[in-house]
Amino acid sequence: MLKKITTVASVVLLSALTACGSGGGGSTGSSTPGGTTTMGFAQVGAESGWRTANTKSIQDEAKAAGIDLKFSDAQQKQENQIKAIRSYIQQKVSVIAFSPVVETGWDTVLLEAKRANIPVILTDRSIDSDDTSLYKTFLGSDFVEEGRKAGDWLVANASGPTNVVELQGTTGAAPANDRKKGFEEKIASKPDIKVVASQTGDFTRSGGKQVMEAFLKSQPKIDVVYAHNDDMGLGAIEAIKAAGKVPGKDIKIITVDAVKDGMQALANGEINYIVECNPLLGKQLMDLAKKVVAGEQVPERVVTEEGTFTQEQAKAVLPQRQY
Amino acid sequence: MKNRLLWPLLALVALLLLNLAVTPSFFALRMQDGHLYGGLVDVLKNGAPTLLIALGMTLVIATRGIDLSVGAVAAIAGAVTCVHIGTSGSAGTAFAGMAIALVLCAVLGLWNGFLVAGLGIQPIIATLVLMTAGRGVAMLVTEGQIVTVNNTAYRQVGAGFVVLPISILIALLVLGLVAFATRRTALGMLIEAVGVNPEASRLAGVRSRTIIWTVYVFAAVCAGIAGLMISSNVSAADANNAGLWIEMDAILAVVIGGTSLAGGRYSLTGTLLGALIIQTLTTTVYTIGVAPEVTLVFKAVVVIVVCLVQAPKARAALSFRKVAVSS
Repeated sequence: MLKKITTVASVVLLSALTACGSGGGGSTGSSTPGGTTTMGFAQVGAESGWRTANTKSIQDEAKAAGIDLKFSDAQQKQENQIKAIRSYIQQKVSVIAFSPVVETGWDTVLLEAKRANIPVILTDRSIDSDDTSLYKTFLGSDFVEEGRKAGDWLVANASGPTNVVELQGTTGAAPANDRKKGFEEKIASKPDIKVVASQTGDFTRSGGKQVMEAFLKSQPKIDVVYAHNDDMGLGAIEAIKAAGKVPGKDIKIITVDAVKDGMQALANGEINYIVECNPLLGKQLMDLAKKVVAGEQVPERVVTEEGTFTQEQAKAVLPQRQY
Repeated sequence: MKNRLLWPLLALVALLLLNLAVTPSFFALRMQDGHLYGGLVDVLKNGAPTLLIALGMTLVIATRGIDLSVGAVAAIAGAVTCVHIGTSGSAGTAFAGMAIALVLCAVLGLWNGFLVAGLGIQPIIATLVLMTAGRGVAMLVTEGQIVTVNNTAYRQVGAGFVVLPISILIALLVLGLVAFATRRTALGMLIEAVGVNPEASRLAGVRSRTIIWTVYVFAAVCAGIAGLMISSNVSAADANNAGLWIEMDAILAVVIGGTSLAGGRYSLTGTLLGALIIQTLTTTVYTIGVAPEVTLVFKAVVVIVVCLVQAPKARAALSFRKVAVSS
């Protein structure tokens, strides 16, 4: 009985495998007609409002640019992204773009793309590889620059001795490391400004709130909170209110990202300054893709266009924010 | 039994003293807007979800099972409630949302119980199904977004105070109910009997299946309430991060409290101490300023030390030395 089941199972498995093979072969044949550019995009997932806006921007701009977009969602798993990229190689798309979920482990699959002569564009996050020929360009935010912008604002607006507490992102994540570095670079010019405590809040509201609660008890004087993203800043606001202080006045708050809830808090005066980390890179991506496919030279690193927001600016732009 | 609780208690006291040494104002309490405010209050408030989940986990582990799905269930509870509340500010909507969420959690617990007691799948595998799939369900409910709500009634569950944080009052109430139901009736003994030998207890007339089924439903409902607290504390549902890895904290709390993973005996007081130790440890990291890069190492060292001093062999060695010194 058991043997019979195994046989049936292996037959089913085999036929499924061959079906996959022939399916792949079929689509290879069908996607050859010249003229339209096809892009295979392997998204990280849909883990935040930021990411959803990022996805929507890419889908909309692809349509506007007349690029045939093949989109896949990896649900935060590298193996899913690798699978998606392999299927794009099989389908012989004109260009592959993806946001690598982690920094390492991409060499093999990108080498396969290179051998198939399919150019690769990285978006939003970079990869850690010695071989820079594996991708044409990296389009994304400059996290160090974001940290510098936050530092600049504080240097310009601080008067007298200023005690800063920092809510870091996930330990070891590139945005956390870089936003910390850029900020420290700038405030070093003003010895009055001191980071008195720095802990990770894991980019989450709960994390930001819990860390801030502890800081409020262990630090005798806090003037400024610098949070590596809006969500941790929003958590800190809750903790500051519970301590009977007024966020934005008694304790000033600087954050990075500019998602909707953060912008709302900024417009309400509870956050003082937000450095934008722009997810709407669809248009820039499509322009780059066209150039790469046409064989034109593109810079190895393209920085997304990003701004900063004060409370007044937030009030003005809030109604038109897409995310 | 008393002796076994001594070591976790000492560990908790040691951690608190460490905080006191670094931050002299750690034990300071004051009234702020009509409620207590201070480091210890934070430990209680933030420890409440872990304590609740650990309570459910204690009973599951006592039947020789384990429930890995509690974190995902917590995320689902928060997600369902916040989506139901939406932009509404009314208390009625908040309570309706919470009721729907908890009923749903009970159903998820029934599912776990069905896999374990009904189909006889190993608990670690059976609950792994929901651990993985549950977060997907929560994502589906929130459509991948962080859902922010603005509802005063809902805020109370996780961030509200009646002098003490409401969340810890709820957790202690559940602890009291469980202690009464399992230690003042035969239920506790039956649970332990199932943990020692399900087949033998069935033959002896204990309804093993029903009991196993019940503890999984109870664990899921506890996880649901904890999920409400986590989400209510920040007035938002974050399907990705709410209750992430909390199942591990809960299992650790149960183990530190002296409950055996082999099933058959459990200690509710031990679980309470375990949950408090874990939360105090987290707060300690923030208060004394352990660098984020070494936080995990610091936590690991404390946990290893606590587990070591509880190990029978290590304790035997320690007491032997004491005897040797005194003689």
